[in-house]
Amino acid sequence: MDGDCGVLWGKVSPWPLGTGDNGVPWGKLHPWLLGMGDNGVPRGQRGLMGKAKSPPFGDRGQQGPMRRTGSHENNGVPRGKVSPWPLGQGTAGSREDKGIRWGAASTGAHGPPGGWARRSLSAGPAGPRRPSPSPAEGAGRAAGEQRCWVYHCSRVAAMVKQYVSEVQRVTKVNVSVLGSWSNSKQEKEESLSEFLEDLGTIFSHEPWIQISKEGNSKFWSCSTLQKHSNNPKEEEIILVYYDQRKVMLSHLHPPLDTAASTDRKADDASKLSAIFDTVAKSKVLFMTDRYDDGPIKLTHWQSDGVEASIIVELLKQASVPACMLLTFLLSVISGICRSRVLKFWPLSFLWSKLSTCEQLGYRLQHLQVISSNKKAQNESQLMRKANIFVSLLIDVALGILLMSWLYRKNRIGHLADTLIPVADNVAEELQDLLQWLMGAPAGLKMNRALDQVLGRFFLYHIHLWISYIHLMSPFIEMILWYVGLSACLGLTMALCILSDIIALLTFHIYCFYVYGARLYCLKIYGLSSLWRLFRGKKWNVLRQRVDSCSYDLDQLFIGTLLFTILLFLLPTTALYYLVFTLLRLLVVIVQGLIHLLVDLIDSLPLYSIILRLCRSYRLAAGVKFRVLEQQDGKPLRLLMQINPLSYSSVVQTYRLPTYSCYPKDSWTSLCKKLFLGELIYPWKHKGEKQD
Amino acid sequence: MEERLYRSASGAPIALRPRQHSASCRELAVRCPRLQLRSLSAVTSAVWLAAYGLFVLSENSMVLSAAIFITLIGLIIYLHFVKIDQESLLVIGSLGIQVTSSYASGKESTTFIEMGQVKDVVINEAIHMQKVIYYLCILLQDPGDPQGVSDIVPLFQSSKPRLDCLIEVYKSCQEILEQRKTAPQPSGIK
Repeated sequence: MDGDCGVLWGKVSPWPLGTGDNGVPWGKLHPWLLGMGDNGVPRGQRGLMGKAKSPPFGDRGQQGPMRRTGSHENNGVPRGKVSPWPLGQGTAGSREDKGIRWGAASTGAHGPPGGWARRSLSAGPAGPRRPSPSPAEGAGRAAGEQRCWVYHCSRVAAMVKQYVSEVQRVTKVNVSVLGSWSNSKQEKEESLSEFLEDLGTIFSHEPWIQISKEGNSKFWSCSTLQKHSNNPKEEEIILVYYDQRKVMLSHLHPPLDTAASTDRKADDASKLSAIFDTVAKSKVLFMTDRYDDGPIKLTHWQSDGVEASIIVELLKQASVPACMLLTFLLSVISGICRSRVLKFWPLSFLWSKLSTCEQLGYRLQHLQVISSNKKAQNESQLMRKANIFVSLLIDVALGILLMSWLYRKNRIGHLADTLIPVADNVAEELQDLLQWLMGAPAGLKMNRALDQVLGRFFLYHIHLWISYIHLMSPFIEMILWYVGLSACLGLTMALCILSDIIALLTFHIYCFYVYGARLYCLKIYGLSSLWRLFRGKKWNVLRQRVDSCSYDLDQLFIGTLLFTILLFLLPTTALYYLVFTLLRLLVVIVQGLIHLLVDLIDSLPLYSIILRLCRSYRLAAGVKFRVLEQQDGKPLRLLMQINPLSYSSVVQTYRLPTYSCYPKDSWTSLCKKLFLGELIYPWKHKGEKQD
Repeated sequence: MEERLYRSASGAPIALRPRQHSASCRELAVRCPRLQLRSLSAVTSAVWLAAYGLFVLSENSMVLSAAIFITLIGLIIYLHFVKIDQESLLVIGSLGIQVTSSYASGKESTTFIEMGQVKDVVINEAIHMQKVIYYLCILLQDPGDPQGVSDIVPLFQSSKPRLDCLIEVYKSCQEILEQRKTAPQPSGIK
């Protein structure tokens, strides 16, 4: 006879969909179809999930419970192939005769991957690779067949049960035999169907599924047998096709708002995650191919040999010593960094102020993560490592690109040459500004004496600054040349150095801001205190409130005098404070933009984005269904595909944490601080003590 | 299988196409009004006239190229991200409900809701701008509270069919949802 048949087995999943013992609820059972024909189901495309999904498995023999050597009698577990052929054939010890076939040759046809074990060949010259049995042999087989039916059934059942238990042990997935399948090229064979029904009586599974396909049609018909139920109502059966390889490799992302869910919620909220979980656990079974010695030949997308890339394997081998070397270097560097020499006060203060050091520490941390010897425990840790690695790689590549651009045509020399004139220019502009303030700025009349004092003080400061810059000018080019080399550590490092250079060059503006702010702050506090005196009140420090107080006459007199002086000097100080605060804010904005860019490069999960672009099935937000061609009387056919995660969710889920935080002051508190003259520090790094 | 014509809340013609794939699987697709050629031409002419006016004022030909560029990019963005061509609902009795929106550029965005999470499908009233409209929505079950509703998913948001169309979709859905209520409770096979 022609065609194949086999046993369905799989895991019974806790996905009851409204149906009970009657009929087969979708998703409740995961039959593994062992050996499907290739009619209509393209190879590598789909797995038949007749009522649930389960990949077929087999295992490598080295790791699994299957023993490769020995005759089929000792092997025990037929890998999903149940043939109605009498035993006793194929004990010659040849590879072909071992195991499953029990005298039947395999068709050699490759069924569709995704859940198909290799076709078990029933008798007859069906496949290209089988040796075609002679007519006499065929007759003999037929005779033997009748005789051995009962013997076979129990024997087959025993072997299958043993196999199933071993599989359960290896994959830790609760599997059981759920039914049988048959794919006959000609009409239904009575003996075959009898055999399959007998199998059904041996395996007590409720309900017993039988699916079959005839001829070259691609439509399967499915029937269920209820042995012990009292309700004979026929349930509808749905066949769902899915690509097993993609489901196995994909990772289901729960919705973000249900991330913190209780166990109960996780248990019955998503059956989809149970499906993905089961398929992923069976990964070990996909590592077998048809070249494995064993009783069972499986068909899935790796039947022709496990796919692997030699480059990937070489990289894996090379990564171990590379990681060890990197760990050693990092431990040396961190040992140096932690030494006491660098912890003395001026140096530690300097390190904390320079953003380059922060960035360096951050990158060192990243390097430590990727060079650690421990394998990633779960998917998110693996993605994190991969993201860090790709981010570092891209960063260094961009940095080297920048460096090559800077050093070509001696651009860095030109940059150094223009630096001094730019600094001079800035100083001259400041001098002009101060001269303007010392005159009648914007038509306001200033207090001449205070104006002159402040103006001359700041002018002298600028003069000192310019002299200092001129002192440094011969060394600028060399310093810049060597500092530019550090761009090879990454684009982020180059940007941080740029930000630090800007901070150093505008140090005098920072100084002016501090002087102006302190003066203004003192003035404001003095004014508020004297205003209270003016009204006869006092600030009670003990009670933190304003109390009335009786002052002496001379206290009142001096207080009022001082109040008047301060009040009339307020516009001058306020103007200076305003001008220098605006300049300072300008510099802070420029530095802030650079830090934003650095933050963006640091935290962007590039590997996840590239994965979403190229292998979108790996990051699954859910599934989607499509209705396939139908035929009347046959079960409904659906195609299940993976619905990939959207780019914004990818970035949100896999963002790398960075060290900087955004301005912690809200706009109102910032304005309040500016008004009172308190010094503002708009960007504070995590881990810094509050000032 | 045949298409029936209805109107949307704003008066535009829409078409409903119900299909029955099997006893427990139905697909209901609502086709939105297509992009009108005259509105497209109007927008394009307006943009180009403005660009030409700017060009006459500024004598810079970059304005014209920029206008062409902007029109093309804007059209592509509109077709790919904004204009929805068809919204469909696939109800599979024991599996779940799938909501698909297909955009004019061919992009499809799909959401699948498992049947365990679906509490019910209802028609709600809403105040939208100055009108009161009816819309169909799926109520999601709150896992902690059997009577509670954790979230609602509104359907057909872009085509906004009127009540007569919604009633038909509602009846179709309820026929399938009732099947899961009449089926006996699942056994404890784990």
